[in-house]
Amino acid sequence: MATTVPAHAPATADLAIRVRGVTKEFGSGGAVARALRGVDLDVAYGEMLMLVGPSGCGKTTLVSIIAGTLAPTAGDVVVLGHDLVAMTNGAKVRFRREHVGFVFQAYNLLPALTAAENAAVPLLIAGWRRRDAVEKAADVLDALGLGDRLANLPTELSGGQQQRVAIARALVHEPRLLVCDEPTSALDAENGRITMELIERLAVQPGRAVIVVTHDSRVYSFADRIASMEDGRIEAVEAGPRRGAARG
Amino acid sequence: MLWIAWKMLIGNRVKYLGIVFGVVFAALLIAQQSSIFCGLMSLTVSQIRDVQGPDIWVMDAKVQYVDDIKPLADTELFRVKGVPGVAWAVRFYKGTARARLAEGSYEQMMLLGLDDATLIGAPEQVVLGSIADLRKPDAVIMDDAGYKRIWPGEPYQLGRVFEMNDRRAVLVGVTKASRSFTSFPIVYTRYSQAVAFAPPERKVLSFVLADAEPGVAPEEVCRRIEAQTGLQALTRAQFFRKTIRYYLAKTGIPVNFAVTVLLGFLVGTAIAGQTFYLFTVENIRQFGALKAMGTSNWTILGMVLAQALQVGLIGYGVGVGLAAIFGQVVKGASRLSFFMPWQVLAITGVAVFVIVLLASLLSIRKVLIVDPAIVFRG
Ligand SMILES: Nc1ncnc2c1ncn2[C@@H]1O[C@H](COP(=O)(O)OP(=O)(O)O)[C@@H](O)[C@H]1O
Ligand SMILES: [Mg+2]
Repeated sequence: MATTVPAHAPATADLAIRVRGVTKEFGSGGAVARALRGVDLDVAYGEMLMLVGPSGCGKTTLVSIIAGTLAPTAGDVVVLGHDLVAMTNGAKVRFRREHVGFVFQAYNLLPALTAAENAAVPLLIAGWRRRDAVEKAADVLDALGLGDRLANLPTELSGGQQQRVAIARALVHEPRLLVCDEPTSALDAENGRITMELIERLAVQPGRAVIVVTHDSRVYSFADRIASMEDGRIEAVEAGPRRGAARG
Repeated sequence: MLWIAWKMLIGNRVKYLGIVFGVVFAALLIAQQSSIFCGLMSLTVSQIRDVQGPDIWVMDAKVQYVDDIKPLADTELFRVKGVPGVAWAVRFYKGTARARLAEGSYEQMMLLGLDDATLIGAPEQVVLGSIADLRKPDAVIMDDAGYKRIWPGEPYQLGRVFEMNDRRAVLVGVTKASRSFTSFPIVYTRYSQAVAFAPPERKVLSFVLADAEPGVAPEEVCRRIEAQTGLQALTRAQFFRKTIRYYLAKTGIPVNFAVTVLLGFLVGTAIAGQTFYLFTVENIRQFGALKAMGTSNWTILGMVLAQALQVGLIGYGVGVGLAAIFGQVVKGASRLSFFMPWQVLAITGVAVFVIVLLASLLSIRKVLIVDPAIVFRG
């Protein structure tokens, strides 16, 4: 496979994510599964990187490590200037709380909370007062076009609307890293496009970074760069369409 | 975050009610059975309680509880009176007598003989007649429950006559008395009269009732009486405890109740624990998502404990409330004794606390080990 741009973002830029030689093995003894077999990856600030590849190639494992929810078996991981490998568990919890926003394929909203309350969860985790947190979450939902669904429970929302609530939740505390795992794969084309547009508009900003795992080729057009994975390795990194448009 | 825990809990109505049901079941059973037990125990000491006035009971050294009568010689009264620190001492007869009613039938009675001069030990609440009339010849007073038992459906009527030991007894009053363990009708009369009503025996004095002089502790006077007379002297409170201890140690009553209480505890824990665990498992992705978003294990632990305490509080309130309602109902409707002192509430509270803690243990383990990375998995 042809590598048309360097695997690493320009060295001049201060890197948001720097992954070197990362491996991950699950299980032990004879039943070891090698999910990652030596991954190098850089992501610059202001960049949206897409991670693509066949099912089971290690995409989720890689972003879990970058987001600090999973520890690598070996290798170096530096995210937003924090050395995740050297971090204690408690520090990782704080790191995620302060710096990472998550969008999951399965939304993972709390069914007992309204849209606004769900979007407010990261602020509540950070210790905000409930009223202030819900108020701020409501503003974000408003910006996402859900101003009229604030008091609805997740079950009263469509899939696209639920994913927008999840995006509001991922961004409400203004994290510097947004990690999205298959955010559009449960949505139809129209809702998938809306979702990606919102992520691009709200999350792709200087000083921040976005990683989107996807195998939805309809949304490739939003990427600055596309990293293709295969069998636990990054096989190629290509410039996405956005690079030309946004940076000239 | 506790607010989120609370929302999660009540958001799952069926599981929530299931957990609460388990706790209610346990709290109700524990509080209700303990109260009936306390009721029974208080019955055993009702005859001590009903004798107001003297603080010291003197009896044979081998007496183990209030119904365990081992008569003394009449002269023991004077030996007790002679102990320094004794302000006064009177005789008290307690025994059973068979009464032959005017209708010709026989009834077993609890016979209490009060000091002729002072009538110390007389009941306090008079329904009809007067205590002073006990001084009349052949006079007796009966408790209202006993009256209703012997003459069911008949209005209280003074002047009724029956016989004990071929001696005439005339009813001059009806009083209230605490129910006793044996639930025989209670007949009060003068000591000299009681001795005549009772089957003839060599010794008849059941108890000497005494009081300490002001400024001397009753316990100290009891010690002196025991040292000087070789009898057993107990304060009211000590006699209470001795009697209750006897019933606790020598009867199967406590074991029966303990088994039921334990059963309530175990079944309640099992129901609450199982439902709580299912609830946690059902919500495990939510806990995982909260952990991924940076909720610490301590906070997660606090959330689960808060959920457990919340159902514990509700279950305790409802369970104890139901037990109290049950108590009110049976008090009016049956002869079942029911007594719910604060200790019962405290014990039930502790039991419920332990139940919800045990019930949440599995859940706590589950949420603490859940890998936040599960939220990425489909
Ligand atoms: N917790 C786990 N335990 C064992 N094997 C796992 C675990 N998570 C992932 N794997 C394995 O690691 C490989 C990569 O999985 P994943 O990162 O989920 O791939 P993708 O997201 O690209 O579909 C797969 O073979 C998967 O079966
Ligand atoms: Mg995946």
